[in-house]
Amino acid sequence: MSQALHVPTMAEMAAKGESPEVLFWVGCAGSFDDRAKKITKAFVQILNKCNVKFAVLGTEESCTGDPAKRAGNEFLFQMQAFANIEVMNGYGVKKVVTACPHCFNTLKNEYPELGGNFEVVHHTSFINDLFNSGRLIIEGGSFRGKRITYHDACYLGRANGVYEAPRNLIKKLDAELVEMKRCRTKGLCCGAGGAQMFKEPEKGDKDVNIERIEDALETKPNIVATGCPFCNTMMTDGVKNKEKEEDVKVLDIVEMIATAQDML
Amino acid sequence: MGIENIVFLLVLIAASLLFARNVQRIKKNINLGRDIDRTDRKGERWKTMAMVALGQSKMVKRPVAGFLHILVYVGFVLINIEVLEIVIDGVFGTHRILSLLGGFYDVLIASFEVLALLVLLACVVFLIRRNLVRVQRFFKPEMKGWPSLDGNLILIFEIALMTALLMMNGADQVLQARGAEHYASAGSFPISEALFGSWFTGLSTESLIFIERFTWWFHIVGILGFLNYLPISKHFHIILAFPNTWYSNLNAKGRFNNLESVTNEVKLMMDPNADPFAAPDPNAAPPERFGAKDVTDLNWVQIMGAYSCTECGRCTSECPANQTGKKLSPRKIMMDVRDRADEIGKLKAQKQEDEIDKKFLLGDYITEEELWACTSCNACTEACPVNIDPLGIILDLRRYLVMEESKAPQELNLMFGNIENNGAPWQFSMADRLNWKDE
Ligand code: SF4
Ligand code: SF4
Repeated sequence: MSQALHVPTMAEMAAKGESPEVLFWVGCAGSFDDRAKKITKAFVQILNKCNVKFAVLGTEESCTGDPAKRAGNEFLFQMQAFANIEVMNGYGVKKVVTACPHCFNTLKNEYPELGGNFEVVHHTSFINDLFNSGRLIIEGGSFRGKRITYHDACYLGRANGVYEAPRNLIKKLDAELVEMKRCRTKGLCCGAGGAQMFKEPEKGDKDVNIERIEDALETKPNIVATGCPFCNTMMTDGVKNKEKEEDVKVLDIVEMIATAQDML
Repeated sequence: MGIENIVFLLVLIAASLLFARNVQRIKKNINLGRDIDRTDRKGERWKTMAMVALGQSKMVKRPVAGFLHILVYVGFVLINIEVLEIVIDGVFGTHRILSLLGGFYDVLIASFEVLALLVLLACVVFLIRRNLVRVQRFFKPEMKGWPSLDGNLILIFEIALMTALLMMNGADQVLQARGAEHYASAGSFPISEALFGSWFTGLSTESLIFIERFTWWFHIVGILGFLNYLPISKHFHIILAFPNTWYSNLNAKGRFNNLESVTNEVKLMMDPNADPFAAPDPNAAPPERFGAKDVTDLNWVQIMGAYSCTECGRCTSECPANQTGKKLSPRKIMMDVRDRADEIGKLKAQKQEDEIDKKFLLGDYITEEELWACTSCNACTEACPVNIDPLGIILDLRRYLVMEESKAPQELNLMFGNIENNGAPWQFSMADRLNWKDE
């Protein structure tokens, strides 16, 4: 039941003298990574369906600088930050939503000191709000009764204390949320953070995502739920490595919500 | 005042002076670090200290070790009240001076006895965990040699002290019952009586006085010795845990500091009115290094963290890199910072300043391989029972490598190049950023 996406840009809105409720910060993965693009589109389906007046920066968006900063390149990070802040302040942005915990963390925590003061929310919190304000109805659909385990993204959980928003959504799908032995504050990293995504791991006896997918598979899930495009990649690779693609799907929570509501 | 009291007073003064000197040494080493202001949000800081250090809130995340640790901690703090009495008795030649508290004194002494026994048992279990059960986190490479011996010595020390205390009480109690001179009846001794009662009642009064005096001296000199052992041991955490939690990072864990020195340069670069050929201000301080190459580039809170580290290894046991066999161990990062600060402190004290620059924290202690294995996941800072932040140090060392030496792994340099040229860590054009919409 896929609908044509309606994705206005800030520039278009500004030209019409309008301003959106919220800026959807798509992020680099969400813009360019084939798997993450699906997450982006699923989120836009929900935004469209709920008539959320949103906009994206489109070609005016640039990397937040997160991977540069974690890798130690503070120069590059601040160059990116100042450029982005200038664009966002130019449009008078107040509120930002993003489906990437890395963008979320950087925009929320590191931009204010450099002049970028926005209310920043992660898409799982945003969708919870849509539900709570009655703008979105969530039904379980094909996810009803499924065993779903949720992998905490470091930059959402430990880094910013967001543990419940994603879990609430899984529960609203009438699914069975099964926790891994290491979860919430003790959740194990997927291995992608700190710019690891962009390099080979150091020598060791195992890859971090394999260690983590073992935690997940121990719960005998039908679905491994994520809230981060990088975790999604790492977990998907882990599932492939264990040759479990047939039985276990790795899905972003927003994809589940959209699929269950027949939007995809 | 008898000769015994004078000897005691001298021992007490010497031990206190030595301790003050040791503390000064550590304070100097901590002050090798750069300045940082962490005096904001005072209310929150007091609360954090009360919860984490005083209340041990993070210790109990591991229930077994946490519970045992609380026993030792509470025992240690309360038994110190008895140590106060011992010191007064020692100086003035009194016998159990606090007995003037009357009936309450009995309750006090009886509960100290129970605590002493619990501390003793907890230490025995700790020894078993370290040496027989061989809890994994105590057997990582950085624990070889002194750190491992240190851990055991502390426990043996405490067991010996508690045994001496109980034996002293046991002998005292029999002497009191016999109405021996100087041993006026005071206190209630359920544990020492149960442990030593039947043995001690069979001994002569002279032997008992000898045991009582010997264990009294052993206990107090032991404590004074232990006090001076702290500064060369991880056991110094019993003091630094308090300031370390007070000064700890209160921001969201994901928030990394924005380097001000970089902000200034970036602003200058982006300012169209800035004159790139302007002569530098001759009075300006020499530019700081970007990031950290040595402990002197860290801030003093980071170095204090190193001296607060208990080497418990909770950080390392939760570190994804360490668990998958990489060289990185956040505990080792902290131990390296401390050892290097010690080394610089020593060289300075010996006036061998020119030796200092022959070695660096980065390279001689911590290798690049360790640094690049970090995923910045914050598992270590979350796990640390005294709020130490190894990740902040890892980041500062990476900053030095990248910004001063351009020594990032090749793939990361490519990533930097992509962000710089096309605003994404991969090779996609910024113009294609919205293409997903129509795919
Ligand atoms: S932040 Fe780095 S050092 Fe700390 S636990 Fe995670 S990977 Fe290990
Ligand atoms: S840094 Fe903290 S968790 Fe790690 S060994 Fe030291 S005290 Fe323990």
